[in-house]
Amino acid sequence: MATDEHSGIMPAGASSHAAHEAGDPGTAVVIDRGFENPGFPPHRPRVTDEDPTRDRRAQRTVYTLFYLSILGSVWAIAAYILFPMESGDPGEIRLNNLFIGLGSALALFGIGFGAVHWAKALMQDIEIADERHPVGGSDETKAVAAKVFADADRESGFSRRSVIRNSLIGALVAFPLPAIVLFRDLAPQDVVPEELLSHTLWKKGTRLALDPSGAPIKASDVTLGSAFHVIPEGLQDLEHGKLEEKAKAAVLLMRLNPDELHEAEDRKNWSYNGIVAYSKICTHVGCPVALYEQHTHHLLCPCHQSQFDVTKHCEVIFGPAKRPLPQLPIAVDSEGYLIAQSDFHEPVGPSFWERS
Amino acid sequence: MKRQMRRTGRRHPLATVALLALGLTFTGGAYAAFSASTAQANVDLTSAATVEEGKKLFQANCATCHGLSAEGTAAGPSLIGVGAASVDFQVGTGRMPLQMSGPQAEVKPPQFTDEQTKALAAYVASLAPGPAIPAADLVEGGGDAANGAELFRINCAMCHNVAGAGGALTEGKFAPELTSVTGTHIYEAMVTGPQNMPVFNDLNITPEDKRDIITYLKYVQDTPSPGGYELGALGPVAEGLFIWIFGLGLIVGITVWITAKSN
Repeated sequence: MATDEHSGIMPAGASSHAAHEAGDPGTAVVIDRGFENPGFPPHRPRVTDEDPTRDRRAQRTVYTLFYLSILGSVWAIAAYILFPMESGDPGEIRLNNLFIGLGSALALFGIGFGAVHWAKALMQDIEIADERHPVGGSDETKAVAAKVFADADRESGFSRRSVIRNSLIGALVAFPLPAIVLFRDLAPQDVVPEELLSHTLWKKGTRLALDPSGAPIKASDVTLGSAFHVIPEGLQDLEHGKLEEKAKAAVLLMRLNPDELHEAEDRKNWSYNGIVAYSKICTHVGCPVALYEQHTHHLLCPCHQSQFDVTKHCEVIFGPAKRPLPQLPIAVDSEGYLIAQSDFHEPVGPSFWERS
Repeated sequence: MKRQMRRTGRRHPLATVALLALGLTFTGGAYAAFSASTAQANVDLTSAATVEEGKKLFQANCATCHGLSAEGTAAGPSLIGVGAASVDFQVGTGRMPLQMSGPQAEVKPPQFTDEQTKALAAYVASLAPGPAIPAADLVEGGGDAANGAELFRINCAMCHNVAGAGGALTEGKFAPELTSVTGTHIYEAMVTGPQNMPVFNDLNITPEDKRDIITYLKYVQDTPSPGGYELGALGPVAEGLFIWIFGLGLIVGITVWITAKSN
């Protein structure tokens, strides 16, 4: 700092022509083609400088704002006591938050507006230029700094004793490795993540059940135009990981006119009398796709507007999804209940690294 | 000169406005009184006279598209077996008769009185069995709002929004808001699946569950939002628009004020 010859405040009028013509190291403008520095506009006194009544009024405004701020703080405390959240009624939470918020807002805005108004209307008002000093140090400073580094290197032998230096770098690289191993072990034990992502609770013979009651669904219950939100039977009885399993196994069951289904040959027996079941998890980023339009047979994902055509095995007809929704092959058991023929034939939901 | 005209003129300049206002108030009041008296109409849906009246209304107003005996034409579907609930919903909310073709039939002021709507429903119900107009105790609330809320989130909220504020579908279609829909019409929509809405029959959502869903919607309407003004409960779009316009506007305003020179 001792060698910083460019800092300092210059009063108005004493323009810095000399410094500009010499070419500041910090400026990139070509000086000889520039125009002349016009200097400051003429000083215009404020009304508070000329009129004592205005000055007093501005002063009154500033301290009133500060007093209002105090009032706001006190009110926020009072509101906390006056509007307690005790009965659990949502209306109480509203009043409590509203009045504490209004008090705190008044407190903060009072300080802010008061301070700015004080500075603008009452503090001393003269134009000054605060010159931007060059970013680089002087040559002497640079030389001193370089010498300090060179001395330190020579005295410590950092460059000369290369074995010590390299072993130190090696030690520093090795130090975070235990953390990586430790944190890797926080992953689920004894399971392969891609296996978890590839399989759901559905298996051969699992009955389709209503979400959330878990009651099994008969094929005859599903009338034309219906949409059922389905979970595998038994999901409700899980003690652990119920939500994780539901997030993979959720299914939307729809009944269409069988004539309207365009089914691939190898999937002809995956539906039953026009009843089809598709994974509800979008193949884009995994939102639940359940906006079913029963006339157009389009499924819309509310998150990013991917659209799937239920009549054509849920192929993507619009939006960012890349793969059709996986279909759950269904059949009917001897009692007339809908059952799954197997798990989904592919992982449900969005892509992941190991997905083939 | 001007003053003289006013003195000699027979009418005050505002007399026309006052007369218009008076006339409109009377007409509107009389109309409101008249429609209020008909809204409570109690119609016997099974009587032959009602069915006959409904048949005449049908043939005069609906047959162009739905066929003379509701068998359907190229312009409109068959109504045999859709039931009284479907007619009461479509005609009672003003969706039918259709005003113009478009992505979906829109709500408009009902074109028939309650009696006429009931007669039409009775006629269509007489053609083949179908869902009936629900009993009053199922549509007046009074069920389990918590159960209704869970069912609403699972079955309805993805289209109609969790607060029943409605939402967009594909290609200009939309799920309407449910806050101003009567319990009867909500129930009928669930049973019949109007337009692109799927059917939620009584085996999927039992009549008691439907009552609970209506109870939940009434609860949402009657309970003030704890978070303050809901901005239509439309979620991030409305909230984002608000904060971008008013929040940033406030910041820009304060910035301009701070940097402006005091006079």
